[in-house]
Amino acid sequence: MAGKTLYDKLWDDHLVKQRDDGSALIYIDRQLLHEVTSPQAFEGLRLAGRKPWRIDANIATPDHNVPTTDRDRGVEGIVDPVSRIQVETLDKNCDEFGILEFKIKDQRQGIVHVIGPEQGATLPGMSIVCGDSHTSTHGAFGCLAHGIGTSEVEHVLATQCLVQQKMKNMLVKVNGKLDPGVTGKDVVLAIIGKIGTAGGTGYAIEFGGEAIQGLSMEGRMTICNMSIEAGARVGMVAVDDTTIDYVRNRPFGPKGDQWDAAVNYWRTLHSDSDATFDKVVELDGSEIQPQVSWGTSPEMVVGIDGRVPDPEQEADPIKREGIVRALKYMGLQPNMAITDIKLDRVFIGSCTNSRIEDLREAAAVVKGRKVSPILKQAMVVPGSGLVKAQAEQEGLDKIFIEAGLEWRDPGCSMCLAMNADKLGQGEHCASTSNRNFEGRQGFGGRTHLVSPAMAAAAAVTGHFVDVRELTN
Amino acid sequence: MRALKQHQGVVAPMDRSNVDTDMIIPKQFLKSIKRTGFGPNLFDELRYMDEGKPDQDCSTRPINPDFVLNQDRYKNASVLLARRNFGCGSSREHAPWALEDFGFRVIVAPSFADIFYNNCFKNGLLPIVLPEDVVGQLFREVEQSEGYQLAVDLEARTVTTPSGETFTFEVDDFRRHCLLNGLDDIGVTLEDAEVIRSYEESRRRTAPWLFGAGS
Repeated sequence: MAGKTLYDKLWDDHLVKQRDDGSALIYIDRQLLHEVTSPQAFEGLRLAGRKPWRIDANIATPDHNVPTTDRDRGVEGIVDPVSRIQVETLDKNCDEFGILEFKIKDQRQGIVHVIGPEQGATLPGMSIVCGDSHTSTHGAFGCLAHGIGTSEVEHVLATQCLVQQKMKNMLVKVNGKLDPGVTGKDVVLAIIGKIGTAGGTGYAIEFGGEAIQGLSMEGRMTICNMSIEAGARVGMVAVDDTTIDYVRNRPFGPKGDQWDAAVNYWRTLHSDSDATFDKVVELDGSEIQPQVSWGTSPEMVVGIDGRVPDPEQEADPIKREGIVRALKYMGLQPNMAITDIKLDRVFIGSCTNSRIEDLREAAAVVKGRKVSPILKQAMVVPGSGLVKAQAEQEGLDKIFIEAGLEWRDPGCSMCLAMNADKLGQGEHCASTSNRNFEGRQGFGGRTHLVSPAMAAAAAVTGHFVDVRELTN
Repeated sequence: MRALKQHQGVVAPMDRSNVDTDMIIPKQFLKSIKRTGFGPNLFDELRYMDEGKPDQDCSTRPINPDFVLNQDRYKNASVLLARRNFGCGSSREHAPWALEDFGFRVIVAPSFADIFYNNCFKNGLLPIVLPEDVVGQLFREVEQSEGYQLAVDLEARTVTTPSGETFTFEVDDFRRHCLLNGLDDIGVTLEDAEVIRSYEESRRRTAPWLFGAGS
């Protein structure tokens, strides 16, 4: 019998019931809740007279709507009344149902996908869901983690299970070593550029190979985070010493004898050497350049030495039409050098890139430099209150502030601009977030996806530049 | 949930690939704590010339006359014809809520993003995958014939054109069963409450660290 993939193992471990019609009940160990996709789920429970199945499996925090300034005022500091109601509704629902919530003034508050791992509420081998597509982040720990809709949030609250069909297995293998200055973000953008935004649809992707194994947990989280931008709900990395070292001594993690038992189990969370995948994609990590997206889909990405594509060179008519549309929206000309794109703002943050390592990488680039006067704004939004405190302990805040970047409070912020942080019409932004869709960061805003180091390099030069030119 | 067995309706063509959920319903409308009322803001940035705000009266806003749903011939459409990777991006169920609230019951495309596809079934909305060449043919037919309708039969898994040409589609049995009968799938799952409890007890023994609150 052929060996199992990591996904096969996680699936089998969580299988409650295989139904005759091909669907299956999968047990959910952890649900993360936030204010945007949960209110209708709680309301559904109330209307049906149902109670949460297992309260201790849930952890909540507000992140999408929270302001990144003036946080001493708590909920009162949310100027937009509609946003405030949503955060207050989360508070009320968690209080009513007895669910643990890191409220807006709690230092543990932050972006759901940052606080889960930080608290050890994300552990290897877990099944994790959240009403947010970037839940794939947690797969970096050898978890089965995926984003779900609000009806499924309610379903998991009520039953602790999810109805699923098993996905196919894909291995994305990144061989070789990455160049210094090339990060997890560049790797995942290069993968999406290669397989496309629908390349992973229907698959659970396992990321492997020497380049992935060489990454920190932060780098692996960045890669798994953007699995969904490749169309895959689930992204995973096998458990190794890096994983176990990260999880050690986290507040929600196992202690004493349970720690040893857990580690023994976690060591089994990798694909067997004779496992077979439905699809295998290989990349040479040593050839990956720092990446910059030029268009309105994450697959519209090139290396920093590249140029904006010419639609005339695209054979597929649907893709050609997509390029024409994207160039018009982005206000770019075919064949222009990526380094010639003029920027208005820089955003360093989001569930993709707001962890301590991301901030360290950005700070290393801006240290002793100044934000370009061409820019209207450059801001750093840490992923959680604890990331913020850690960064301040290391003096990163001072480096950013001295360079002229704004040092904000934690939340999703300008990644999706549900709070006050947004782009103006026509503005170009070097952003460490995950989506460059039309209007994503603000009505008419133009997003370019990059790594934290590349965003920092753009901040001090006012345009895109190969960060290796500044740091070597 | 509203059941869907058969449906016939006017087809509106959405002729672009990778339509994302930010495009279907922009983020400022996700601040609602309700499930209803998203229809007027469906495709907001494409449909109107100004920037939409929550709780705004949309009837007085400047509309984009070029946008497909603003054209008289498509105003009563209930079948959306789309290109590949429709519904990519975020998991927001507000996207199918907005489509359903506008009046759509069926979406036909060569491919859908996984989470969106799944969310549709929870809201009485049927996403149908047909081969790219068939979808291309349907786009041409819709263009040529005002009032073009498609007839969908979920029981038989068929889509039929006005000329009587019929295409079959695949849909998994559980989702089909729930949509045909308008079932609340939480109720269906809770029929297995004992099986869930017994799984949970065994998991509590093998992985006790997954239970109980943190310190």
